[in-house]
Amino acid sequence: MTVAFFILALLTVAGTAAAMGLRNAVHCVLALTLGFAGVAAIYLQLDAQFVGLTQIMVYVGAVAILAVFAIMMTHSPGPAKPAAYSSYWILGGLVAAAVFAVLAWAIHSDSASLQPLPVQPEVTVQQIGDALMHHFVLPLEIMGLLLTAALIGAVVIAMDRSEEPK
Amino acid sequence: MTFPLDQIFVVAKQWMRGYVPPIAWPVTSAILSVVPILIAFPLLFAITTLLERKGLGRIQNRYGPNRTGPWGLFQPIADGVKSLTKEDIVPLTADHAVHFLAPLLLVAAAFLAYAVLPIGRNMVLVDLNAGVLYFFAVGSVVELAVFMAGWSSRSKYSLLGAMRAIAQMISYEVPLVLATVVVIMQAGSLSTVSIVEKQEGYSGIWLHAHSGFIGIIPHWFVFTPWGFVGFVLFMIAATAESNRSPFDLPEGESEIIAGYYIEYSGFKFALFFLGEYLGMFATSGMAITLFLGGWNAPFSFFTWIPTYVWFFAKLLTLIGGFIWIRGTLPRLRMDQLMNLAWEFILPMAILNMLVAGVWHFMPGGPLRWLVCIVIIAIPCVLLSRRLKRKKKFEIRTYSFAN
Repeated sequence: MTVAFFILALLTVAGTAAAMGLRNAVHCVLALTLGFAGVAAIYLQLDAQFVGLTQIMVYVGAVAILAVFAIMMTHSPGPAKPAAYSSYWILGGLVAAAVFAVLAWAIHSDSASLQPLPVQPEVTVQQIGDALMHHFVLPLEIMGLLLTAALIGAVVIAMDRSEEPK
Repeated sequence: MTFPLDQIFVVAKQWMRGYVPPIAWPVTSAILSVVPILIAFPLLFAITTLLERKGLGRIQNRYGPNRTGPWGLFQPIADGVKSLTKEDIVPLTADHAVHFLAPLLLVAAAFLAYAVLPIGRNMVLVDLNAGVLYFFAVGSVVELAVFMAGWSSRSKYSLLGAMRAIAQMISYEVPLVLATVVVIMQAGSLSTVSIVEKQEGYSGIWLHAHSGFIGIIPHWFVFTPWGFVGFVLFMIAATAESNRSPFDLPEGESEIIAGYYIEYSGFKFALFFLGEYLGMFATSGMAITLFLGGWNAPFSFFTWIPTYVWFFAKLLTLIGGFIWIRGTLPRLRMDQLMNLAWEFILPMAILNMLVAGVWHFMPGGPLRWLVCIVIIAIPCVLLSRRLKRKKKFEIRTYSFAN
């Protein structure tokens, strides 16, 4: 619990809160990106370099770009529209509070959280690579296959329909 | 091997740090490491703008800037003063906050990339054990800044330029990273410092005279089949990533005027300019680190020259290459750009990974060279013949956009 953690946590919470509250869709995405970056910075602060950098690469570099691209393609740039606030916000707030209470209770009552933390292991990228290539090679391959199938599916959907398949 | 002149900056930093109490050491040493980078690379940017305008002038058979100071040497200063004193125009309908933040984010992201570049022996800001990954993670932030600039200007030209730029950056980021993978495979590390250390040493001849060993072929990765192919692919992708000619479609003066920064003026425009060049220097620096031996001297009898001099010499050479290419090649068409990325560079980069594997497992000797060159050369010829084929053009119909 250092000063850096509080600054980063504040940044993350502010970013994600703004993502829900802002009226302009692009502003929401940019605020959400700030939240992603904040989470990445927290990972980095905890010395989890690989996870933190992958978080930046995937979420800031790819997911945010994908989102803004989708918005650019579908929305015409113009004056901001009124926000779509749901009228069920009391109900929503209750659900959120209930979920938070259950999670807090689960974490608090779990015996693992009460034990003192073991000495922080030094995890290098090399160890992660070794684990992925030896112990977890089958899940990795299955993930790769799944992603390839998704990629082919996306290409098929985007293909020109007027042309007859050869 | 370590000479006083080589370590002069490291020693100077230690000496200056000695004047503050130990509790302030982390902050002081961070400031002392960051400030030189913040000074050196913008200075290099100023020199490069002059070199580029002079070089392009020569290529196009004219003088280039020659009015400010002797041989036009003060041109960068005049440009700087001009951009500082110009009126800052923001379009009335622009999204002011995002419009303001975009150039700042671009320059900040460009500067962050320098943190892992080893400029000389013991001269790296942070030696992350995922340094190369960090470099690409920071580089991907640039795309977001480009989008912010293009979208917030509320101009059709800006938006078109941003769409072009992002499409191009995403397409060329894949081969850029894949071209790097071979080096990581061979070096077995993602840390930039240890990649440079792996390229130390020379092959050469023994002389019995007083001079002893003379190394003439450095052990840089570019002098292997996979390293050479990786370097060429990396440089092509880096040119596209930094939006430079012949891949300057996002700017395309004749079509979309200046792309995503058309609505910027004064110092904000200068910041875009700075960010773009800083990005180019950073990717060139990464290419030097990965393929050209980092700060290592090319010959063993030149190791007395300080290592940072070698780094900047290599950097200036690559910049010269960039300027030369800009003055020589015409701009690509959009479909040529995409075809080059997906039909040539990407398959070659994947093939190059296979070559790196073959190189690693075959015993050393001429046969290894022959096998690797054959594996690269035949698909290279076939793929480039495929690219040259005439393509039929039809009016495109879009399914999901109108």
